[in-house]
Amino acid sequence: MRRMRTSLLGLLLLLPALAQAIPPIQHWVQEDGARVYFVATDALPIVDVRLTFDAAAARDGKLPGLARLTNGLLDQGNGGLSADEVAARFEQVGARLSGGSERDMAWLQLRSLSEPKALNAAIDTLALVLGKPEFPAAAVERQRRQMLVALQAVKQSPDKLGERAFYQAIYGDHPYATPPSGTEDSVKAIRRDDVVAFYRRHYTAPNAVVALTGDLSREQAAAIARTLTAGLPRGEAPPPLPPVPKPTQGAQHRVPFASSQTHVYIGAPAIDRASPDYFAFAVGNHVLGGGGLVSLLNQAMREQRGLSYSSASYFVPSARPGPFIISTQVRNERVDEALEVIRQLFRQLRSEGPSKEQLDAAKRNITGSFPLSLDSNSDIVAQLSAIGFYRLPLDYLDNYVRRVEQVSAEDIRKAFQTHLDPDTMTTVLVGPAPEQQP
Amino acid sequence: MQRLRFTVLVLLLSAACAVGAMPATDIHEYTLDNGLKLVVRPDRRAPVVVSQIWYKVGSSYEPAGLTGVSHVLEHMMFKGTPRYPVGEFSRLIALNGGRENAFTSRDYTAYYQQLAADRLALSFELEADRMRNLRIQESEFTKEIQVVMEERRLRTEDDPISLALERFNTVVYPLSPYRNPVIGWMGDLQALTVQDLERWYQQWYAPNNAILVVAGDVDPQAVKRLAEQHFGPVPRRAVPQPRPPIELHNPGPRRLTQRLPAQLPYLTVSYNVPSLATATDPADAYALDVLAGVLDGGESARFARELVRGRELAAGLSAGYSMTTRLDSQFAVAGYPAPGKTLDELEAAVLEQIERLRREPVGTEELERVKNQLIADHLYQLDSIFYQAMQIGVLETTGIGWRALQEYERNIRAVSAERLQAVAAKYLTEARRAVLHLVPDNGQKGQD
Repeated sequence: MRRMRTSLLGLLLLLPALAQAIPPIQHWVQEDGARVYFVATDALPIVDVRLTFDAAAARDGKLPGLARLTNGLLDQGNGGLSADEVAARFEQVGARLSGGSERDMAWLQLRSLSEPKALNAAIDTLALVLGKPEFPAAAVERQRRQMLVALQAVKQSPDKLGERAFYQAIYGDHPYATPPSGTEDSVKAIRRDDVVAFYRRHYTAPNAVVALTGDLSREQAAAIARTLTAGLPRGEAPPPLPPVPKPTQGAQHRVPFASSQTHVYIGAPAIDRASPDYFAFAVGNHVLGGGGLVSLLNQAMREQRGLSYSSASYFVPSARPGPFIISTQVRNERVDEALEVIRQLFRQLRSEGPSKEQLDAAKRNITGSFPLSLDSNSDIVAQLSAIGFYRLPLDYLDNYVRRVEQVSAEDIRKAFQTHLDPDTMTTVLVGPAPEQQP
Repeated sequence: MQRLRFTVLVLLLSAACAVGAMPATDIHEYTLDNGLKLVVRPDRRAPVVVSQIWYKVGSSYEPAGLTGVSHVLEHMMFKGTPRYPVGEFSRLIALNGGRENAFTSRDYTAYYQQLAADRLALSFELEADRMRNLRIQESEFTKEIQVVMEERRLRTEDDPISLALERFNTVVYPLSPYRNPVIGWMGDLQALTVQDLERWYQQWYAPNNAILVVAGDVDPQAVKRLAEQHFGPVPRRAVPQPRPPIELHNPGPRRLTQRLPAQLPYLTVSYNVPSLATATDPADAYALDVLAGVLDGGESARFARELVRGRELAAGLSAGYSMTTRLDSQFAVAGYPAPGKTLDELEAAVLEQIERLRREPVGTEELERVKNQLIADHLYQLDSIFYQAMQIGVLETTGIGWRALQEYERNIRAVSAERLQAVAAKYLTEARRAVLHLVPDNGQKGQD
């Protein structure tokens, strides 16, 4: 028994082998303005390509849902081919195309075999999807109806309702208030011309980040990136989003919903991706509610009180200050107790900072698990996209562990105090009103 | 793209995890003296490892009245042993940069840690300890059963599709223990005791009822030595040999309507079919896998092409077949009618599609495309170290065996158009069919 303990202690002192976890990133800017990021990995005969555009809900303007509708229509008829033919061209060679559009980013992602015949066919088809979408009127109507169904689905999900209400409450008139899935009125009002104009304005090479990883040489990667952006509309990147005003007062909103649990969201706009406080925030959030089963929130809510299955906090670093959110779900009759516990925890961490033990534990988990976030091609291509989209330095991954280790308890206290004030945070509750509960 | 796939099949096929293609040579199997099976899959792309311990017990092992006990025990496994008291397990893993969790399904309960490759010993030390030394305390149980009930409220009670599917499963499976939800019926959860958990733990948590799967940047021989060091001392124990009822092959046509507070109507058409474990001829299972691909293998498959685009009857529609189950499985179609279309219209269109599979052979080019996609998808799964370990664990606990991974591509390639048609005619019949209509009804509460 004693031998076991010794060997465990020995393990605790070793640092994981980080150096070999970080792949070298190759980066270049094309003549057309597209920025390309590439990591060669030859262990598997596959290739992942992800194109990211600043073309998501924050760019919807007066038509919420426009960005997502446009993204979903990209492959619904291209260069004389029908949607059926486009899909068949990918699937005949085993390629998978996916896409999406949230608040900052809209993207298309292709996974293909690296075998040249399959890869060339998939890339040529993707080039048609990017450069020659026809937005057939019938497809616009079909996609519109599907978005309306998705909006109906939101109404039976307390979780999605809560998230929408929360963003609307904390962002007010800022574009980040716009729900990526749109609103019923807006989705019904969008015209095909709006879609075409949105595509022409936003799906341009200077507004594109191309991330590639897989079994490719640099020459192959460069040729693929050129092929993919060659047909994009000419244009510029859109201007920066407006700043997010600091909240001046707190509020509590209730969204009525017939459920046995109440879904809770507490938070406010916090920091942007380039903030010097990013790492302090990351570590502080890890202590509070980002660290899974061992986080303060989970300990207090789940382990000590049996109040909820899942309690977490997270922040969404974005082009402009993204939200910091504490969320949980508790049975209706114990909501007040849960709110008390959460608010108390947050106030305490904000005013005192983490203890030395909490800080060390968080740092060790974040730095130790860092290789796990780079252990597959899909992880790598996602990291490359984020580095490109948010213009992070190329040595971002190399310095990640060091930056985490440098964070002090005082940094966390200062970061939380600078960016978050419990008195101006917003609370959204989704569930039955207290008087309607049995 | 952003199609309406949401939760359609995930909920229905809780063990929806197909087998995949993998280089044939590089999986290593050992059996320790105490009966623990060890399977190692070296993958040296990154300096990380995943370690999973799989116990052959899950909701399909549970007798009536005791549903949910496997899953509650999974929660209690984090509540400490004399050597590592409550909280220590998770604290040590976190401190070492690990991620960990556990999952329970119909056929298995599994625990995993993802770590830097040089931390594997920590995982083994902790898992071996709680394999035999778990201490289930009343005070911890009282809190944790509340957490599980919250989980049930979150995942099932407050989600109309989940709730409807939970009830539908009792219709799909007249006999099979797959009729019970993994999380357990609320009434059973309320009645559960520490003694029930203690008994369940003693009965099933033995090295000879477990499979240890390790994937990542490791040397198989070194892993074997480490496993012997940590798990070797855990004594073998007699484990029950349950005989679950064989599901009826032709239970007859069944139909369930659920009126629940909801916004969207939802349809499921499900057929009772064998799994890869239960099929008399395994080729039938591979044919069913290809049939699901013909209907829903991608955006160019029949559902997307003809019912979502073409006739615009569905806002979203999926077909799925889970071949990796210990007992008989189901071949299921699920989806939402397009706005203005009814559940009846969508059901009729789905049944036409099924009838076509029975009536006419799938064309050469279409079949080729479906197979290419299935085989490519399985190759893509090699990108995830975690998923590779997961596949091995599922195949082992369902009695199929991990070697099925090495035969997948060959078996899919071997499916002919004639075979597809014959298998469709044999299994996709009215006597094997159950249909669920979820009808939104916001004037009343659920029926329970």
